Amino acid sequence: MSKRFSSWRLGMPWVAVLMVLLLIPVVVASNGTFSIINVIAIHIVFALSYNMLLGQGGMLSFGHAVFFGLGAYAAIHVMNLIGDASYEGHGLWAHFPVFLLPLIGFFAGALAATVVGWPFSRRAGTAFAMITLGLGELVAAGSQMFPSVFGGEAGVFSNRMVGPIWFGLELAQPAQVYGFMAFWTFVAALAMWAFTRTPLGRMSNAVRDNPDRLQFIGYQQRNIRFLVFIAAGGFGGLAGGMAAVNYEIVTPESLGLLTSGLALLMAAVGGLGVFYGPVVGAVLVTLMNSLLSDYTDASVLYVGVVFLLVVMFAPSGVAGGFEQVRLAWRRGDLGVRLPGWLSSALAVVLYSSGLVATVELIYQISHGKDKLARSLGFEADPASPLVWLVIAALLAAGYGVSKAGKRYREVNA
Amino acid sequence: MLEVIVFSTLNGVLYGLLLFMLSSGLTLIFSMMGVLNFAHASFYMLGAYFAYALGLHVGFWPALLLSPVLVAALGAMVERFGLRRVHEHGHVAELLFTFGLAYVIDELVHLIWGSIPVSYSAPEYMRAPLFSLFGTDYSIYRGVIIVIAVLMFVMLWYLLKKTRVGMLVRAALTHGSMVGHLGHNVPRLFMGVFAFGCALAALAGVIGGPLLSTEPGMAQALGPVVFVVVVVGGMGSLIGAFYASLLIGLIQTFFVALDVSIGDILNSLGWAVDPYGEVTGITLAAIAPMTPFILLVLILIFRPRGLMGELEP
Repeated sequence: MSKRFSSWRLGMPWVAVLMVLLLIPVVVASNGTFSIINVIAIHIVFALSYNMLLGQGGMLSFGHAVFFGLGAYAAIHVMNLIGDASYEGHGLWAHFPVFLLPLIGFFAGALAATVVGWPFSRRAGTAFAMITLGLGELVAAGSQMFPSVFGGEAGVFSNRMVGPIWFGLELAQPAQVYGFMAFWTFVAALAMWAFTRTPLGRMSNAVRDNPDRLQFIGYQQRNIRFLVFIAAGGFGGLAGGMAAVNYEIVTPESLGLLTSGLALLMAAVGGLGVFYGPVVGAVLVTLMNSLLSDYTDASVLYVGVVFLLVVMFAPSGVAGGFEQVRLAWRRGDLGVRLPGWLSSALAVVLYSSGLVATVELIYQISHGKDKLARSLGFEADPASPLVWLVIAALLAAGYGVSKAGKRYREVNA
Repeated sequence: MLEVIVFSTLNGVLYGLLLFMLSSGLTLIFSMMGVLNFAHASFYMLGAYFAYALGLHVGFWPALLLSPVLVAALGAMVERFGLRRVHEHGHVAELLFTFGLAYVIDELVHLIWGSIPVSYSAPEYMRAPLFSLFGTDYSIYRGVIIVIAVLMFVMLWYLLKKTRVGMLVRAALTHGSMVGHLGHNVPRLFMGVFAFGCALAALAGVIGGPLLSTEPGMAQALGPVVFVVVVVGGMGSLIGAFYASLLIGLIQTFFVALDVSIGDILNSLGWAVDPYGEVTGITLAAIAPMTPFILLVLILIFRPRGLMGELEP
């Protein structure tokens, strides 16, 4: 394969992404859609930065939101500085465009990761997971103590329409913020992808797969983990900077376990083993969160159930599933493998319809019918045992199908 | 001052015993299956809610026994149909599974019982004072909790050290495959240990629910602390978990009880700082929720194997 051909194949997806990003403003008109897209953009960068740790470096972190939140806080404080300086008409910050705030977030996140990272990167695995969990809780609890920095419960707010305007983006409407989001998402994603192709990025994969062997070759696993931790913290902070511009408010919640969990959720649902997996996950989870919440109060629960089903039935995630199908297609054994995968998919459908029905019934008992049940035409009486029997049958069928699929896969492996 | 010390010690020990009830199950599960069960505190919460719901129909004491049994059955199902399936994909997948499970259980509790605390409380006669010291009452219920907790530990010790099942469990901790070769059903043993750990957590919920508060946030409030206990005590060490539970229970209770700020301490050391400044004005009570995590970070930096652990995690 010639070098020109391979670089063409490497660049192709990015050209396609650029085309899509440029096409979105042509197709989309409403501000509501743009605000969802902007949130998706933030989450894409956040999930990708998380995957630098878990997917590529094998470090399961429960405290990644610390860097996201600190980046966001740094960006929003600088935004206030810009506002004050341009109001007074002089000062260094008056010349700093809001457009570059994600860079501030990047440096804040990377700095925070540098400060705390060294003792953390000694071990991967459970120890790393626990110590990052501790860090997350510590910072989230500590943030309540310094109201002048973190703004207490209410958070810190600001106004993004200050300072020099770049690219004609006044950032007044979500549609204009989209230009900002598209630029930074593209740049950050490209940078993180480029990182995976640097020697350091490759070594982080090696640290994940076989740390002992790496040590024999003469690399310090701790150094590599530390550097990856800093890079991931930086990009997490960059996502935080984007969030600060988008929401114009940062609350201590953005530092907490729930936000860390969101990154984990998105990355795992999308797929940890594929670079674009977290992108798929961020799109899916954000859409589920924002669209489902219009229909049902149980939207968070459904996101959790999707996550559980993915972990159980498709451990390589949605994007990992794509890749498997694509590889099988290339090898030409798609016909043999497809029934096994389809049976897994069928099992997931059976399980999830059983679970959705259960949740909606429980909801009916405690709160009355919600919009989702009504729009699905879900007519069932939670008092009748028949309904519960049907649900049990659905779940049992799901179990049977997944068993049969597993046997099929074993036979045809 | 003496009053503060006596009552903080009593309450700290009580809190520590509750923590140990949770962390003993978690430690057993961890040392046996290598899984840090993220949903452990969620089973604790389920225990409290089940006891509340059952207590409305059958009364407090039967619910106290029934609820852990129910939760144990649930835990067995989770192990059999969830964890065992995920096991082949490695430890990270298992952690992710329990993380998702905790998420789902929390949301289910929100959905079923609402987001405000439910009125789960001990029977009226249990709230009478057991004794009074310095004009402050110590309720019978708190005494009963201590008795139940101690009984449970004796039982746990007896089960693990003196019975055949306990011997099998201890053997399977270190030589799982050998126990399997000898013809014992190790997966079923795992399921049993998982269910038993869940039952212990539920028992903590049942007796802790009336004391703390039975609300959907209770799992998230206590869960991370229980992890801290397990790590600080040393992964897989029951006795370490016991010391760590008491340590954290006492530290947290004393920090809450002491009405002193950082500035006061520095001033008494002769530093002359402003006792109402932003940093120096922080009271020890405000730091109390952070103490377990400070301890965790310190332990992981200076003694990664924990107080009594033999191996680094």
